[in-house]
Amino acid sequence: MNPPVATPFFFYLLSGIMLIGGVLVITRKNAVHSALALITTLLAQAALYLMLYAPFVAGVQIILYAGGIMVLFLFVIMLISIERTMKERQFNKQWLVGMIAAASLGGLFISVYTTSTKGQVLFPEGRMAYGEAQNTQMIAALLFDRSTGMYMFAFEIASLLLLVAIIGAVVMSKKRI
Amino acid sequence: MHEFIDYIQSYLKTKDLTPGGDGNIFWATVYILLVFVGLSVAVIAMNWLERKILAHMQVRLGPMRVGPHGLLQPIADAIKLLLKEDIIPSEADAAIFWVAPFMVVLSAFTVFVVVPFGPAHAITDMNIGILFMLGVSSLSVLGIVMAGWASNSHYPLIGALRSSAQMVSYEVAMGLAVVSVIIMTSLNLDGVGSLSMIEIVKQQQAQGMWFIFKFFPLGLVGFVIFAIAMVAETNRAPFDLPEAESELTAGFHTEYSGFRWSLFFLAEYSAMIAVSSIAVTLWLGGWLRPFPNWLNGTTWDLVFSFFPGLTFLFFAAICFFNTVRMPKHPLFKIQTMGLAGFGVVLGLIGLAMFYGPVRERVGDIYWFSAKVAAFMYLYIWYRGTFPRYRFDQLMKVGWKVLLPMGLALLILTAGVGMRTELWAQVQEVLHK
Repeated sequence: MNPPVATPFFFYLLSGIMLIGGVLVITRKNAVHSALALITTLLAQAALYLMLYAPFVAGVQIILYAGGIMVLFLFVIMLISIERTMKERQFNKQWLVGMIAAASLGGLFISVYTTSTKGQVLFPEGRMAYGEAQNTQMIAALLFDRSTGMYMFAFEIASLLLLVAIIGAVVMSKKRI
Repeated sequence: MHEFIDYIQSYLKTKDLTPGGDGNIFWATVYILLVFVGLSVAVIAMNWLERKILAHMQVRLGPMRVGPHGLLQPIADAIKLLLKEDIIPSEADAAIFWVAPFMVVLSAFTVFVVVPFGPAHAITDMNIGILFMLGVSSLSVLGIVMAGWASNSHYPLIGALRSSAQMVSYEVAMGLAVVSVIIMTSLNLDGVGSLSMIEIVKQQQAQGMWFIFKFFPLGLVGFVIFAIAMVAETNRAPFDLPEAESELTAGFHTEYSGFRWSLFFLAEYSAMIAVSSIAVTLWLGGWLRPFPNWLNGTTWDLVFSFFPGLTFLFFAAICFFNTVRMPKHPLFKIQTMGLAGFGVVLGLIGLAMFYGPVRERVGDIYWFSAKVAAFMYLYIWYRGTFPRYRFDQLMKVGWKVLLPMGLALLILTAGVGMRTELWAQVQEVLHK
């Protein structure tokens, strides 16, 4: 039997990369550097999905965000003057509110993780039976299967939402259609 | 020590299992090194072949000076590139400028993790194989945009912008063509498809035809869409606008020199090999030899297993033929001997491939490589014959021709597939 790939070392490594990347996204003045920090964070997140034995989600994450970040890159190049933003002071007038919001959210996470109801914790230790080799097929069954497919409606509604957003963008930007 | 040897040998007993699937770290490392070396050799060979074939198409001789028929030219070029000064422009964004070529090379090489050279000859077999290949190869455009932006110069920036627009446009059509194949893989008895590269090839064998011939002409149309889109994805002629030398000097890698430039070169060629192997796996039956079902049986297996050795013997014969034709001047003595030696080496490799155990193992790799090599020749042929697209023409082909064709193909494939499946169910009911 092979040792599990998903060791705590990798979890902490990837989480560390994600946190550093996330902090860099908001602290860098150069917007291109922010975009690159963001893609680093998202790739580390894809690796976390791999650790959870969900390769399909990881693959989709890479495909979507590689394209997404590239478009962001283009926005930065075309719309933002980097010379001006480098000189600009980063506005931080709401840091107190931000700190309180972040602290309360963090406190919520910690309390959820540590509270036990009737001796049962929310995240019990133990190893899940994972279906890495059938991941794609299992997701397809969850979406479309006649007996187990329970998420199809939500999935299709989400795609409709995106369609509405696209049409809205076209209507707003084009004077004559 | 004993345990280690047992560990090594334990994988050899398994058949039809990749080292990754077996979880054997030793053999996975060996395979990774083999693929890396093989890829580098293939890129070097492509470099020589491209210059030679283009030259012959234009009625020139091409490289003739370094080694017989310029055979050592790529090695001379590599040494020249490594010895060149490595320049980072003073106004460039040094960190991103430094990272960009590695990003491109990493994404171009990482995709080979799932390329199936045979049922057991892949580093690993992933459940998301084709998705992984498309995703990781789409990261390379990020590296290109990074290179173009970080150079802080006009030509690279325009090249990078062109490249990103081109990739976004053609990825959609490419994805639709791929999805039509994924639908075809599900047309089996239990109705479960697969994204795994190895499973896709196995389905082609089970369904008795390469997917290029499936639902004729639907498979063929999908293949053509992919074959056009993949040239655009790899920034090659006639879609080489990001590095159009007559307009943009060298496009996104104008400011790069020496080793970093050679990384871009390496990445471009290995990306070409990667997308060609996607096309081969999805439509042309991957490692399957011609007619695996129709001409089956041990006799035909034996006949087809002689092909790898015969090919190498053929190359050796070409070497010997040219050795005889070399000029008889004493200045050419060393070159003549070198060519003869090269022929002997090729001949020995060819003879080794007739040996039973070797013959059984290299057959699938041979057929896969031969199909990929055909695509590589097509790339050179395109470059030699087609003029470059204008940018508006490129966009028009991508959005107004390939995308609607891809959508129609997807719907038609799904419809025809449904019909076939329904028909199978009706037959089943009738037989009861």
